[in-house]
Order: sequence, then C-alpha cells, then structure tokens
Amino acid sequence: MAKITYREAVRAGLREALQNNPRVFLMGEDVGKYGGTYACSKGLLDEFGPERIRDTPLSESTFVGAGIGAALGGMRPIVEVMTVNFSLLALDQIVNNAATIRHMSGGQFSIPLIVRMATGAGRQVAAQHSHSLEGWYAHIPGITVLAPATVTDARGMLLAALQEPDPVFIFEHAYLYPLEGELDESGLPVDLTLAAIRRAGTDISLITFGGSLWKALEAADQLAHEGISAEVVDLRILRPLDISTVLTSVRKTHRAVVIDEGWRTGSFAAEVSAQIMEGAFYDLDGPVGRVCSVEVPIPYPKHLEDAALPQPEKILQAVHSLMGR
Amino acid sequence: MTHVVGRDHGLELLRQMLRIRRFEEKCAELYSGGKIRGFLHLYIGEEAVAVGAIPCFTSEDAIVGTYREHGHAIIRGTPMGPLMAELYGKANGCARGRGGSMHFFDAARRFYGGLAIVGGGLPVAVGLALADHMQQRRRVTACIFGDGAVAEGEFHESLNLAALWKLPVLFLCENNLYAMGTALGRHQSQTDIARKADAYAIPAEAVNGMDVLAVESATRKAVDFVRAGHGPYLLEYRTYRFRAHSMYDAELYRTKDEVAQWKQRDPIALFQQQLRDEGFFTDADLDNMETAIATEIAEAVSCAEMGPWEPLEDLTKDVYTPAKPAG
Repeated sequence: MAKITYREAVRAGLREALQNNPRVFLMGEDVGKYGGTYACSKGLLDEFGPERIRDTPLSESTFVGAGIGAALGGMRPIVEVMTVNFSLLALDQIVNNAATIRHMSGGQFSIPLIVRMATGAGRQVAAQHSHSLEGWYAHIPGITVLAPATVTDARGMLLAALQEPDPVFIFEHAYLYPLEGELDESGLPVDLTLAAIRRAGTDISLITFGGSLWKALEAADQLAHEGISAEVVDLRILRPLDISTVLTSVRKTHRAVVIDEGWRTGSFAAEVSAQIMEGAFYDLDGPVGRVCSVEVPIPYPKHLEDAALPQPEKILQAVHSLMGR
Repeated sequence: MTHVVGRDHGLELLRQMLRIRRFEEKCAELYSGGKIRGFLHLYIGEEAVAVGAIPCFTSEDAIVGTYREHGHAIIRGTPMGPLMAELYGKANGCARGRGGSMHFFDAARRFYGGLAIVGGGLPVAVGLALADHMQQRRRVTACIFGDGAVAEGEFHESLNLAALWKLPVLFLCENNLYAMGTALGRHQSQTDIARKADAYAIPAEAVNGMDVLAVESATRKAVDFVRAGHGPYLLEYRTYRFRAHSMYDAELYRTKDEVAQWKQRDPIALFQQQLRDEGFFTDADLDNMETAIATEIAEAVSCAEMGPWEPLEDLTKDVYTPAKPAG
C-alpha cells in the first residue's frame, strides 16, 4: 500500500492506459500544455506527445462527439470534459448519440468511449461551477456512470472502464483531488459491478457515493462515539446500480439514510430510496432518510455554501431523527 | 457548365436517381396506408446529390447522414429490402427496425446513420476522420447535413476542429433552402454557406445540386483533395425538396409557385432530356428501367411485409454490449 493523492491516482491510471494500448488517447480542454485543470494529466504531453494528448478548443459538444466518432472508428478515446458544468454543452452528443447508437442501430455499432469530468461543490466557486449532476447522467440507459471515491477506484475504475465496450462516464469529485489515500497495488482489476461496504455496522446504513463518502465516514465515526454502529455503503457505480448490496445492508440494519450532493428533488438519492422501498420495505424500521443539497443555486460565501451542501452534522441529524434520539 | 457523360454511365446515373424517387413515392403511399409511421422525410427533388456524391467514396470511407437519408443509403448499396423493412419497423430492417426512417445504419457499408438531431452528426464525422488520421488510414468521411445545421454551434465547432487538426472529412451541405419551414434568409445573416467555410480556412465550393454531373465532378475533386491529406473541404449543394418537410407539413411557408418553379429544374427530368438529346436513350430504355425498378421495389415491400416483428423479449437487447462469457 502506497500513499498517493487522488489526482496522482487518476494520472497513474491515465499513464497506464496510454502505455498499455496504442489506441488510447486523451483529449479535452487544457489536458496537454496546461497539464489538466486539476493537474491530472501533468507530464503526459511530454511523455506521449501531441497526437495522443490533444488539447481541444472550447467546443464541448464537438470534442465529445469526436470521441464518439473516434471510438466508432476503432480508437479508444478518453475525453476529459473539464467539469460537469461544461458537460451540459455536450448533452446532445451524450444523450442523443453516445447512449442511443448501439440500440438504435440494432447492435451494429458499439462506442467504447470514456468521458471523465470533475463534479461537485465545496470550493467556493459559486452556482455555475458547483453542479452535481451525476444523478442526471445515471438516468440515461446506454451509458455506465461511475463515481470513484477512493484513490484505488480513481486509478482502477479508469483502467476497468477501458475494458468496457460501451460509453462510460467517470465523475471525479473536485474536492477529492488533493486528498491522500492508500493505493491498493495488488494489481487486481477493480470491479465495475458492485457497491462497496466502506465501514461495517449494524444499526443504520449510510448510503452514498463520490465526495460525500468522506462526509458519511466522518459521521459514522461520530456515531460510533454515541454507540450507534453505522454501515457505510459506497455505491461506486450509479448505473447499473448494485441495489443488492444496498438491500443486504438495509436488511441487516433496518434503517437507511442516503447522502447525495445532488438537489433533493429528483435526486439519485430518491432513486435509491425508491428501490429500497421496493426491495426491502418490510425490513425497514422507519422511512428512508435523505441528506441532499438544499434547493438553491450553490452560493459563493463559505457559510452559505456549507449550509447548502450535505455535511456530517446533517447526516447525524438525519440519523438521530430516524432513530428517535 | 455542361458536363459530358458516356452512355452507360449516364443511364446508370439516371437509373439510380429513379430508384430513389420511385422508392420514396412508394414510401409516401405506404405512409398513407399506415404501413410506415413516425416521421418520414422524403428526398424527392434532391436525388442528384446522393447519386452524384455517394459513389465518389470508396467502400472503406465512412458516411454520416441525417434524417433525410433514404437516398444516401440506397446509393451506398444497402439493398432496398432491409431499408423498407426498417421503415416498417420490422426486425429484418437495416437497424432491426429500431430506428425507422430517420435512423438507417449499415455497418458493413460504413453507414453511420441516420442521425436525426440537426447538426449532431458533424462531431461524430470529425471523430471518425480523427480515427482514420490517427491510424494513418487514407480514408475519407462524408459528413452530410442540411442548411438548417449551419445555424447550430456544432457546425462551427466541427469545421474549426477538423481544419485545426487537418482531418480527412468532407462536409457536404445539402442546401434545400429550408430549415424545416424557415427559409435560409430568415435564419442566416450570411446565406452564402460556402463562404462560412472561409472563416475556418476550409476550401469550399457551391454546386448546382440539381445537376447530377456537376455534383459528381465537384465531389470527386473534393474527395481527392481530402484523401490527399490536405484536410477538410466543404461542398454546398444547392438543391430543393419538392415534397413537404415531413408527412405532417402543411407547407404554409412557401408558395406553390415557388415549388413549381423548382420543379422545372427537376434533376431527373432534366438529365433524362440531356440523355435523349445525346441520343443515348429511347422510350424503350426508360420502360425497361422503370420496370426493373418497380420489381425491385415490389420485392422490397414484400421483404418488409413478410419480415418478423422483433420479439418483445428483445426490447432491451443491445442497450449495452452483452458481457463476454467468463473464461
């Protein structure tokens, strides 16, 4: 086990992908000379050259679409859309082309495309740069949606995604990039089907993904001091969702809180909650709780931003309320 | 400009234009009869473009089309049977019946749709060309779109990126003067589409899209230019659709006179006359041609009629590629 930051883990994954497969290339805004907005691709231009590390114009729709075309043409593109906020400019290509072409062509064409982007709030960059829309993407059949929360997943999910024949979208929470973690160097491929139990517990299931995982773990620590044993489930993959790991946990703990940085209405947390209701209703001792973002454009001042987002204290409140404390 | 054509080639061009027209006339009839549903966008009036342009590409090249792509698929060589079956929504259609009129696909002929969001095909075509460029293949991607698409951001982004990276893509704008019902002059500040390419340092040419020989000669030249590695090229085919935008269109936005004027320039009638003037062509030739086409279409209809419906249990098949069996 080596200590490594999340951004270094992403970079390690990118480097391995480029080394292992000559058809892999990276393109996106400022991935080359600048080294990546979050420095994930720093040094890769020097190492792999401008044919394989391609700086693009600020044309999200076209470079994502070009990724689709390049994938159709036999390449293995990794497209970096700087942030989820800008991916909105590429929604036509994602929703109308990447997600549909395989089914609509009767299975004639696959699109082995990876699109990576930063997501999430918490860095005081205000309403237009703080979206958490991975739940939206998870709505769309035809694509796979990943939310790596650990350094091992940051590297390993990227490499595993390269084995997928269809489009994979990877959401990297911007708050995670500088965080250090232990990288599993076992060399075993990372699984792309299962949610992970990040902390075992018996009294309540905290179900989350991405940047909120660390808030849930912090809350679980706190709960342990109070004598409440919380199990923390990291969904990891939003589509296809591994509901069975969630249900197994809920059947054991009989209580669940879903934590999701998306807005509450129509959130991914709502989907998880509904599936818990469908699959484990009679195992529940109370309604499924949700901790989501307040329904407001994320504001700039720190105190307001903090108040808008899920926080460990809010998770504690939700747990307390569910457990009648 | 008068183009010279040999007899055999001339008759072949005429035959191909007639194949599209008769196929689509049958489509309109089948639509009225309820056999074809959804949107149906007919190409009638624009046949000279597909017939002149598509054969300039090799079987290795790629074609990216729009929702008005019946003619391109026919000329690319997809048999009419699977095309008609697709229009019926049958499982023996060229996309298993999943797409219908707007979404013809044919992997064997590198026909990538049938993409029906205006402008949405351009980035995909640029990517196909990027894949060829990166794999050092001397292929060309044909990127077909209409005048409506030049108003989309993706048009401008795609021209810029293709030129910036010097990619082997040939942009083919079928300018039929209407973005659905909005005339070119009502949606473009600069109506000379070929000139827009200049902003991206892409060479371009406007061509009489009602003249199959003019289309052919300009396209051949452009394909050679792109294949030689000089980067993208844009052709604007000036053409006109004789039928409504789709089967739901009351055509309130143009006059009957205007349509009648353009029908004077019917690419099939004009070319037929040219062949007659050359002495290449008799009524008997035409009769034989029409009879053979009628037979081909009747067989296509029968292929569609007899084709199976996709079983309900296959509804979600191919949303994802099936996982490879372990081991």
